[in-house]
Amino acid sequence: MTEFRLLWLIPLLPLLGAFLSGAFGYRLQRRFGERAVAVVSVGLPWLAFGAAAWALLRLLSQGDVHALGARLWTWIAVGGLKVELALHMDRLSGMMAVMITLVGSLIHVYSIGYMKKDEGFWRFFAFLNLFLFAMLTLVLAGNLLLLFVGWEGVGLCSYLLIGFWYRDLKNARAGMKAFVVNRIGDFGFLAGMLVLFWGLGGSWSEAGYRPGEFFSLDFAELPRLLSGAAQRTLWGVPVPTLAGVLFFVGACGKSAQIPLYVWLPDAMAGPTPVSALIHAATMVTAGVYLVARLNFLYLASPTAMTVVAVVGAATALFAATIGCVQNDIKKVLAYSTISQLGYMFVGVGVGAYWAGAYHLLTHAFFKACLFLGAGSVILAMHHEQDMQKMGGLGRVMPFTRWTYWYACVAITGLPLASGFFSKDEILWQAYNTAGLGVPGWFLWLLLFLGAGLTSFYMWRSYFLTFTGQTVKIHGEEPEEQRPVITGVLAVLAVGAGVLMFVGLPEAWLGAPPAFEQYLEPVFKHGGLARVYPAGQGHGVELLLMLASVAVAAIGLGLAWWFYRGRSSAVPERLRAAFPRLHRLVQDKYYVDETYDAAVVQPTLELSRAASWFDSRIIDGLVNLSGGVTRLLAFLDGAIDKYLVDGLVNGLARLVRAAGAAARRWQTGRLPNYLAGLALGTIVLFALVRLLQAALGW
Amino acid sequence: MNGDFTLADGVFWLLSAATALGGLGAALSRNIVRAVFFLLLTFAGVAGLYGLLSADFLAAVQLMVYVGGVLVLMLFAVMLTSQIDQAHQSNPVGSRWLGIACGAAMLAVLWTTLVRAPFLEESAPAYAPTTAELGHTLTGIGFLPLLAVGLLLCAVIVGAVVVARRGPGTE
Amino acid sequence: MTSVGLHHFVLLSAVLFSLGIACAIARRNAVAILVGIELMLNAAALNLAAFSRFGALRAEGQLFVLFVIVLAAAEAVVGLALILAIHRRLRSVDVHRADSLKG
Repeated sequence: MTEFRLLWLIPLLPLLGAFLSGAFGYRLQRRFGERAVAVVSVGLPWLAFGAAAWALLRLLSQGDVHALGARLWTWIAVGGLKVELALHMDRLSGMMAVMITLVGSLIHVYSIGYMKKDEGFWRFFAFLNLFLFAMLTLVLAGNLLLLFVGWEGVGLCSYLLIGFWYRDLKNARAGMKAFVVNRIGDFGFLAGMLVLFWGLGGSWSEAGYRPGEFFSLDFAELPRLLSGAAQRTLWGVPVPTLAGVLFFVGACGKSAQIPLYVWLPDAMAGPTPVSALIHAATMVTAGVYLVARLNFLYLASPTAMTVVAVVGAATALFAATIGCVQNDIKKVLAYSTISQLGYMFVGVGVGAYWAGAYHLLTHAFFKACLFLGAGSVILAMHHEQDMQKMGGLGRVMPFTRWTYWYACVAITGLPLASGFFSKDEILWQAYNTAGLGVPGWFLWLLLFLGAGLTSFYMWRSYFLTFTGQTVKIHGEEPEEQRPVITGVLAVLAVGAGVLMFVGLPEAWLGAPPAFEQYLEPVFKHGGLARVYPAGQGHGVELLLMLASVAVAAIGLGLAWWFYRGRSSAVPERLRAAFPRLHRLVQDKYYVDETYDAAVVQPTLELSRAASWFDSRIIDGLVNLSGGVTRLLAFLDGAIDKYLVDGLVNGLARLVRAAGAAARRWQTGRLPNYLAGLALGTIVLFALVRLLQAALGW
Repeated sequence: MNGDFTLADGVFWLLSAATALGGLGAALSRNIVRAVFFLLLTFAGVAGLYGLLSADFLAAVQLMVYVGGVLVLMLFAVMLTSQIDQAHQSNPVGSRWLGIACGAAMLAVLWTTLVRAPFLEESAPAYAPTTAELGHTLTGIGFLPLLAVGLLLCAVIVGAVVVARRGPGTE
Repeated sequence: MTSVGLHHFVLLSAVLFSLGIACAIARRNAVAILVGIELMLNAAALNLAAFSRFGALRAEGQLFVLFVIVLAAAEAVVGLALILAIHRRLRSVDVHRADSLKG
């Protein structure tokens, strides 16, 4: 590893931007207008892109060096554990960093147009820059703990940006939902780190656990530590399997896989550039990146790989079915994102890491293009997102239309766009897999069906939006957007096209694709098996390719038949023929409702019970008896005002004394709280002592 | 561990008696002025103990900051308290028994734990001034915290002035 | 009689800490509560100094004591400023009367 201090520039430039527009943006915007904010917070991401590209070129120019490193200082040193504050750029993270800064900067440019005349313009850019900082920290982190910092950082920015228009309660709720669901995933991530620490950091014997001399969460050290301890078990489960599954739980949360995908459709409440950058191109792919980064861990455990691949394939198909009946254009894209992430997970799950990473890269471009195209449409429609109310926009918005069209070609896997090569590579690698818990053809079948559905729903959205009679908004036809928006769309579409040349398959060229060769050093580990190829020939690969083109064409044909020009009655008739099925899918299989009933409501019930206990048993005791007494007193007084006066007074005084006693627990009085603190400490101490006595230490 | 009763041991017992006595007085005295003066005794005792721990600089700082600064500040505050001589007015007893019970329970728990605690005790080095070493450490690894503490103190002074300033309408 | 060692200092600091807790809980006068807190801080600082002499920490332990003293001073300044503000408003330093967060 070569030391390259300037790596730190890459994340710190966006952080500087976040600081500048966060601290001074409000005043800048008021005094000099939005342009001043935009110069700072769009310029710095471009500089970061320059820095990332420079670092990657430097890495590539040193042929025998596999990674650049930049170490600042020792962050944590406790016992055998040592964590450095260090960045690490190998070819995988270099590719991610360049992609993130490029797509991110483009989306920043787009946002100038999209967020025009929003009073929170400066706030938006501060959050967006902060997000870039966190995301770059995530991909460039040299160890798991620093990666976790970025992981949490992007979660925070996602929360802030989903609820960006926080005055609308729905948006704030969506942000909260994303945050809470992500917490569940983060628990998995943390638990995974602890399992690694426990499993690899020490040693067991008959006498019990002994902490080890050396432990590191560094990506350069972990494979070595793991290869020495791959046979260890915790509770009867091999350490790599347990850690791999736990990390995958984290990846499920961040990358919206079953069962934690529910937050992503709601996250569409945020501004569209946010959906494009965070919830399509970069942040949601962090889970895929994590699995690819920890490839040595997954390669040591076929079980964990099976889990990743099966969940990915199931999500790919499941989300695609929901996407077919959504009417909100951003919801369609959200479900398509979930589905595409499923494809990536199959790629990394079957050990074809480069295929997963390649689909991640191409997806970033064409999905960002789709989202931004949808954003352009939404702007033109004055923030209307229902596709039922759109139509005929292709005539008035040619730029948006043709970029959207090309991105659709890419995502549906039709030839002449990068998506075809990346998706087919995953399908082929899935088919060509043996040794996992499921047969390769089964994974392939799920993905194959998903590909057909993808083609159907993406073209459905295209035809519904851009063909047919042109709609009028307030009596006027919608207009094409400014060049700042259409230009970005064009660049992204070109990117989605150009990227196909790095992934031309082996069956065509006779040599492994350029991108596979590029990533090879990252996934090469001495002593560990690589992929699990079943050894199918190239003839099969070509056959599969034809099959997926055919299924994509079928999807396109159906969408064309159903929705072109919005004139066909077939969708209506289908809906009428299968009303229950349609409702089931339209309502997203009632997963949200199930979660609500099974998890959210019980939690709320618990908190309600606690609150009830607080207000009824503690306060209520007083209030209730007070009320009863008052009632009694009133009755008594009414019947015999003078005779029993003394008795009533006495009773009331008694109640007041009881009330005063009960109120002491909820007083806001300092010493009482302090006493609670002290007693808590004492009880804790006593518990530890008891535990020690019970265990005989 | 076994040794003769040295001069240092005698000094320790003397100082710790003073410290504990001061603490007891500060905690239990009804009169707030008296409590603060007992606190002075404790601070002085702790300063002496620092000396005994061959932390000469700490002893000096303890005397200067606590005895010279904090305590004087507290006396000012006490003087602002009206009707000092009527203890039940100026220093009313809140939850006296709760406090004593908590303190006693805490002491019991801490004592029983600490008495059995197997500290890895190295033999104490000879008495020698440690100020120079402390200074080196302070400008070495302690430099960043030092700057942070400086910033904190600055903020505290400004904050205290703002909070304690007579705002309009408070009189 | 054993010669004075780490245990003695630690136990003395436990005594001081318990007295501090008792003082802080039992009093209603804000200044007296501050006295209790200072007692607890001194107990902790004494601990650190003792470990710095008898344990492996040399100057680092004393460094911590130094920072504890500085923080205690800062805390006293802010605390007393708050007490003054409360006194001006309520004409009393009884914390039982300062039990509302606003108003």
